[in-house]
Amino acid sequence: MRENPQVAIVGAGPAGLSAAAVLARCGARVTVYDENDRPGGQLFKQIHKFFGSGHHGAGVRGVELGHQLLAECEAAGVEICLSHTVYGIFPGGRLGVTHAGHSRIVQAEKLLIATGATEKALAFPGWDLPGVMGAGAAQTMVNLNRVLPGRRIIMVGSGNVGFVVGFQLLQAGAHLAAVVEAKPQISGYAVHANKLMRAGVPILTGHTVLEARGGDSVEEVTIGRVDERYRPIPGTEQTIAADTVCLAVGLTPSIELLRMANVGLTHLPPMGGYLPLHSGNLCTTDPDIYVAGDVAGIEEASTAMEEGRLAGTAIAAALGLLEEAEAGRQMEEIRRRAAQLRTGPHGEARGAAKAELERRYAQWQNS
Amino acid sequence: MAEQLKHGPHAVIECTEEIPCNPCCTACPQGAITMAEGLSSLPRLNREKCTGCGLCIPCCPGQAIFVTDDTYSGSEGLLSLPYEFTPLPIVGQSVILTDRRGRPVGEGTIHRVLCPPAFHQTAVVTLRVPLALLDTARGFLPASGKEALHEG
Repeated sequence: MRENPQVAIVGAGPAGLSAAAVLARCGARVTVYDENDRPGGQLFKQIHKFFGSGHHGAGVRGVELGHQLLAECEAAGVEICLSHTVYGIFPGGRLGVTHAGHSRIVQAEKLLIATGATEKALAFPGWDLPGVMGAGAAQTMVNLNRVLPGRRIIMVGSGNVGFVVGFQLLQAGAHLAAVVEAKPQISGYAVHANKLMRAGVPILTGHTVLEARGGDSVEEVTIGRVDERYRPIPGTEQTIAADTVCLAVGLTPSIELLRMANVGLTHLPPMGGYLPLHSGNLCTTDPDIYVAGDVAGIEEASTAMEEGRLAGTAIAAALGLLEEAEAGRQMEEIRRRAAQLRTGPHGEARGAAKAELERRYAQWQNS
Repeated sequence: MAEQLKHGPHAVIECTEEIPCNPCCTACPQGAITMAEGLSSLPRLNREKCTGCGLCIPCCPGQAIFVTDDTYSGSEGLLSLPYEFTPLPIVGQSVILTDRRGRPVGEGTIHRVLCPPAFHQTAVVTLRVPLALLDTARGFLPASGKEALHEG
């Protein structure tokens, strides 16, 4: 492990790896730290084909994109330290890192925090029973560890995570008893919903999970309709036999390190809650700390990769490794590609949220 | 059945929502699928140019493209669909056809199963289906799935 990399990146997911490859190609000494024992973040469990255009890896499965990114990093000379937990961030670009029971401080000129996101939970009677889990956990079980979390599953949440993981559970051989969504309409892509419906899965909008019951683990789940203010409507309860409840009710940026670094935070519900205030080029209120990917606002792996490239290019320019005009040209091109992914009825809210963030950042700069 | 105008093989794109995505446009060797502007427009099919080759089926990340052919025989047409389950069905196998909500609508036969490396693990399954079900059937239950059907 390098003592003092020029750029230290926390998180070896799509954003961190994309940034690392760009930076290393510009000649930076880059080290990526990840607490997991394998790189790729969530990419290696994304067995579905991605949306977007050819530039975004559309039609390619996430797992393949993960392999491509790792190969890029390897070719460029990126150092990736796995099973390395960054537990602290200190003034002067210093990180506290633990590995195999030993702790050390590394110092870098620039830091990129690409720690991703954490699944939100949902509380209901029985939510602490074994068998109730995040959809991401279920996806890890089936796609990485090849273990079915259960046989009869209820998915709570109709966003793309709920739909994609629900379909992958079907592919793994489970029975998906229902997708339950409190809102009056689905949140995810219609094409994802259609895939599940063609497979005979009921998608119950205007419903919520009321209770999970069982002895040692979930055995049955009661769901019911909700009114326009999301209050359960008495008399609409129905009980479904199920051994697993997957929660796909949203993600929130993993900002613990950024909190510790005391960078400016802001609250933006469409992007998952609290997140670091950042410029259009992903610099936080500390000029030596950048962010990219879900920690900078919940989006998708394809936008995370573009943000990683953008942050990597911005850092390379800040370090003098890339001529300013050339960096500006490249960043403009990446921003254009990222903007394409923030269009249409699903994407434009994220585009508007990113614009709002830039506005708030400019406001902070001028204050 | 009275003589009707036949359409021949062509793609049926069931992509109804403007999402940022365009692999279908680049996959079509005839240039028959285009988008008006931007990455989020809906794809449009030029039926004159479409040969029904089906190369667009496995490239659609939303599994929203099918190919129908109403010229197979006097009573049956061909329906091609993307399939990402294992085991793959076997040619000649009788199956229960299902509609867009997974409800059984009739019976069909597996006609062809393609899964070359270029499809990146999305198989394209072609079924012989009654002509009347060509626009209704959008899936099938394998033989072992019949029990599941009765159960649920």
